[in-house]
Amino acid sequence: MKIEGKQRIWADYQKEIANDHYFYVRSCIRQNFFPASEVTFWKIIRDTLHKDIYENEHHTSCSGIGYHSDVVPFATTQAIVARQFALMTENGYKNLTSSCITSFGVYSEVLETWKHFPEELERTRDILYKASKREFDVPENVAHTSDLIFKFRNEINAQAKYRLVNAKTGEPLRGVEHIGCHYAKMFPSKGVGGAEHPYVLAGMIESWGGKVVDYPERRACCGFGFRQYFIQANRGYSVACTKRKFESMEPYKPDFILTNCPGCPYFLDRWQYVISEMEGKTYGENGYGIPVLTYEELAGLVLGFDPWDLGLQMHQVSVEPLLDKMGIAYDPAKKFLGVDNKNIGKPVCPNVMKI
Amino acid sequence: MKKILIIGGGIAGMEAAHELAALGHSVVIVERKDTLGGHVRKWDRLFPNKRSSEEVIAHLLQGVKHPLIEIRLKRTVVDLRRNPNGTFLAILSDETPITTDAVLFCTGYHLFDAYKKEEYGYGIYNNVITSAELERMFKNGKVLTAEGKTPERIGIVHCVGSRDAKCGNLHCSRICCVTGVKQAIELKELIPGVEVFNFYMDLRMFGRGFEQLYLEAQQQHRVRFVRGRLSEASETQDRRIYLKVDDTLVGRPMKMTVDLLVLMVGFEPRKTTLPLLERLGIERNEDGFIKVRDCHFDENRTNVNGIYVAGACTSAKSISETLTDACSAALEIHRNLSSKKS
Repeated sequence: MKIEGKQRIWADYQKEIANDHYFYVRSCIRQNFFPASEVTFWKIIRDTLHKDIYENEHHTSCSGIGYHSDVVPFATTQAIVARQFALMTENGYKNLTSSCITSFGVYSEVLETWKHFPEELERTRDILYKASKREFDVPENVAHTSDLIFKFRNEINAQAKYRLVNAKTGEPLRGVEHIGCHYAKMFPSKGVGGAEHPYVLAGMIESWGGKVVDYPERRACCGFGFRQYFIQANRGYSVACTKRKFESMEPYKPDFILTNCPGCPYFLDRWQYVISEMEGKTYGENGYGIPVLTYEELAGLVLGFDPWDLGLQMHQVSVEPLLDKMGIAYDPAKKFLGVDNKNIGKPVCPNVMKI
Repeated sequence: MKKILIIGGGIAGMEAAHELAALGHSVVIVERKDTLGGHVRKWDRLFPNKRSSEEVIAHLLQGVKHPLIEIRLKRTVVDLRRNPNGTFLAILSDETPITTDAVLFCTGYHLFDAYKKEEYGYGIYNNVITSAELERMFKNGKVLTAEGKTPERIGIVHCVGSRDAKCGNLHCSRICCVTGVKQAIELKELIPGVEVFNFYMDLRMFGRGFEQLYLEAQQQHRVRFVRGRLSEASETQDRRIYLKVDDTLVGRPMKMTVDLLVLMVGFEPRKTTLPLLERLGIERNEDGFIKVRDCHFDENRTNVNGIYVAGACTSAKSISETLTDACSAALEIHRNLSSKKS
């Protein structure tokens, strides 16, 4: 592989990402899947990088899952998005950052629609005003939250307590980057590095000392793919899709998988357990799985946050092999203690995969 | 005696120069490279009869050995404007002025930059090459992977950068279909036992002998033609190329691994002539190629009097079509200049 070829593509997809003052919109599902990721993002942006970030309690779902499942019509989605923009405008912000990849895709799609069909924008303004008396400005900048961590990756590296380097051997750790489908596959120019060879997560891994692994099924869906999972009868496709990715990445012996979508880390993490129970197969070293992290979790580890404060005990696949490689000190006894030191319960040990 | 400036010393420029000189006109060919022959010089053998490109170039070179033809190599036309008396003043890159009665654009085309089809990994994966690079391998007599191995399975992807709105090219490059078939046969002849798969949208075998070549590829050489466009190519751990493609005839997605992937890159308008065209007010089509005055009756004149065109600068053409077009342009220039007083 010629890295200069990828660098040429990355140079073509340089995206403008605002430097400060963000209106933050949460994901509907991330708090349940990986509960500390969003709060970690806030800690990094506000407390570590000292940026101004704001969220509003009246923010709602963007309707993305309903929209992509053909339940919510596009006109409704536009009105809902317009309402989020109204909340942003009312609170004096011009830069919107979305925690969810699907929401980011929805915002991008709505903004592109308004660019090409201005009458849709006027109709949406009218609908929103009639329904709520709200008015809005179109954001000056829309970024996914992984774009922000990418933008500030070198600042994070400058404050790093740990790096993506094997503490014993000094070798760079091998990271698989998995990009959410709605990040850039619809609008390549909206993603750092484009759609085919995205750089948003690869840039973080490189900056923090790791080595990016490319593998044949890199671009395949994680297995979530709404119609694969939401329709119960199709769930076999979901796990089969995930299995195909793991079979493809296995020979490269990745030390971790880095993701930027709400669904991807969940499915890549949970389905490893399911595959191990169904097929007796694990993909990590010595009977473990391959740890799957969100970019906030990985940034948190690099910055020296306590792994259990990052919520890593909520992963199906144990992250301890990665922590050991990075040389991160942690207290195993505190793994299943919540913030108030009460036992949050320990999962039953799987039959095959080591945890 | 009239003087004609020909911009571009490819096969169109050479053939037109020969015809104009034979008709008694003085000709200057300005060519930016250090040799005449253009793209054809880089090709090994030609469809439909597998004639060596060198044979064609040698024939045309013989034609431009004429006392009325002056050849200026390694030069470009940096400025071109009309004089009050209707002649043109061209300034070459070495600052030489040339006054001429007519100008013939034979500026040809660019090959599509395959890097723009990001999903195919050209410029990233070592074993993804273009049809032009394969021709260079044919010229050297060896087709090898980047690792120096003889490939056992090769994929050929048609329509790379042609008929593709995503690349901004809606036009058909026409000759890539038959080139893909020709190259598949050549690979079969060069590498015993090699498997060759051609991935196509549809095969446009428009020229004499093309269909026979297509049948020969299937019947004699067992080249496999898969109707479907490649969705993506990736690299495997052993540097082979992993393909995902829809086989639209079977109606199923298909995956396979090849040792070498060849991209049939199409024609694109030559961007380096743009400033000259714009300065003279020469119109271009939506696809960027130079617009001819009438697509049926006036194919060698532009909208600007005294400026003529021949060859692939107006659209993708085969060698035969280019040479015919060049003769046609020469006759058109001769007819128009002969009707003017000296």
